[in-house]
Amino acid sequence: MSFNPKHILGIKDLTAEQILFILDTAESFKEINTRQIKKVPTLRGKTVVNLFFEASTRTRTSFEIAGKRLSADTVNITASSSSVVKGETLEDTAHNIEAMHPDIIVMRHSASGACDYLAERLKCSVINAGDGTHEHPSQALLDAFTIRQHKGDIKGLTVVIAGDITHSRVVRSNIYCLNKLGAKVRITGPRTMIPPGIEKLGCEVYYNLNDAITDADCVMMLRIQRERQGATLIPSIREYARYFGLSEAKLKLAKKDAIVMHPGPVNRGVELASSVADGTQSVILDQVENGVAVRMALLYLVAGGEKLQQN
Amino acid sequence: MAAETLEILDLDGVNRALTRIAHEILEKNQGVENLLLVGIRTGGAHLAAQLQQKISEIEGADVALGIIDVTMYRDDLGSRSNLSIGQTDIRVPITGKKVVLVDDVLYTGRTIRAALDAVIALGRPENIQLAILVDRGHRELPIRPDYIGRNIPTAQNEQIKVDFDDQNIPQAVHLLRN
Repeated sequence: MSFNPKHILGIKDLTAEQILFILDTAESFKEINTRQIKKVPTLRGKTVVNLFFEASTRTRTSFEIAGKRLSADTVNITASSSSVVKGETLEDTAHNIEAMHPDIIVMRHSASGACDYLAERLKCSVINAGDGTHEHPSQALLDAFTIRQHKGDIKGLTVVIAGDITHSRVVRSNIYCLNKLGAKVRITGPRTMIPPGIEKLGCEVYYNLNDAITDADCVMMLRIQRERQGATLIPSIREYARYFGLSEAKLKLAKKDAIVMHPGPVNRGVELASSVADGTQSVILDQVENGVAVRMALLYLVAGGEKLQQN
Repeated sequence: MAAETLEILDLDGVNRALTRIAHEILEKNQGVENLLLVGIRTGGAHLAAQLQQKISEIEGADVALGIIDVTMYRDDLGSRSNLSIGQTDIRVPITGKKVVLVDDVLYTGRTIRAALDAVIALGRPENIQLAILVDRGHRELPIRPDYIGRNIPTAQNEQIKVDFDDQNIPQAVHLLRN
């Protein structure tokens, strides 16, 4: 099969076949990252603009390295250093960037749906690097890639996602992605952090971490987003750590070979005990490593292919 | 589907061609020392494995084998559907080696151009040679094979197809005419 997306806006629109095509493509790009000279000429002459309206180290660096290893020219724009602080609207900013003829805009924005909004209005391709509490497709794809790397196949696995479900775009993309690939998703967190009706996306809801973790193949801990509403939804960070933080003792309830994941950045001692974050079951750094390969695959697929029939 | 199919080489024909190429590679390089066969995915990779086997039968010595995927080095990104990218798997350092690139059909030469870039990106070989099962002409780049199984002048609307069985052993070569 072939897959020629114009944009990557979310996992919701992708089929299982397309997701696997992306993961297989990433598998091939992974080899480049281990070479002595980590560069291929695939996207020579393409311009990738990383337009980040929210703080990010991992995702932005990962997209930037991915673009550079494919020989694309990458430009970073962060909100604090852009005209946004002077009052320019998103649409104006985007049109001004487009006037310089980039091929791909990779955007992170605090408003859900911001990437879809741009994709409808711009001629260039748009890749969603996280929009509000909506989707974060590249994260879900690198998570799936990492699970596949450690477990072989995703079908039939039980994956627990724990933390602030309401404000997490990682959760939504992961629920779509894991469901399409045939895994069973359990979500868990304090009642104040689980939106009503989330089970309609295809997951089981637990309000107790121990129950959720029992016999799981994979435990994905989310960050308590102190910069967002996160901190006001729980009585105290210490109480959260006691009931919903993953300790070595709680991890024993999961399968022996369960893996522990975290999209980063980790609040050590809050959602994840340091001994677990650095333990043998942790694959957090594999996630970061795989992120570059997955983002190379996304840039390649969006830049290549005949896009004439679309638009 | 093609209107007409002609058999160019049968199983014995393919085998004789590969055996001759194996001998020629050994003769030109005076043995297997420093030699590295690199098959281009996917047809060339299967043929390279055959050549490796034949060389070890003739010479009684093993020659290193690698597989290369050239999709990332192609010059036609965006003018056709996205191709799936296979993995490059060369486990020996390429610097200083005599690299024999192996492909099934030589046509415009653009795949070989991409393969040359792909090999050179991995190191600095002593030299690069090219082995081809079928040369069908119509070159668009100044590329010339060192070892040729069969020269078959073709028309642009014809196709050359190398058939492999499910063990990836080459079975025959066909010309399809539309």
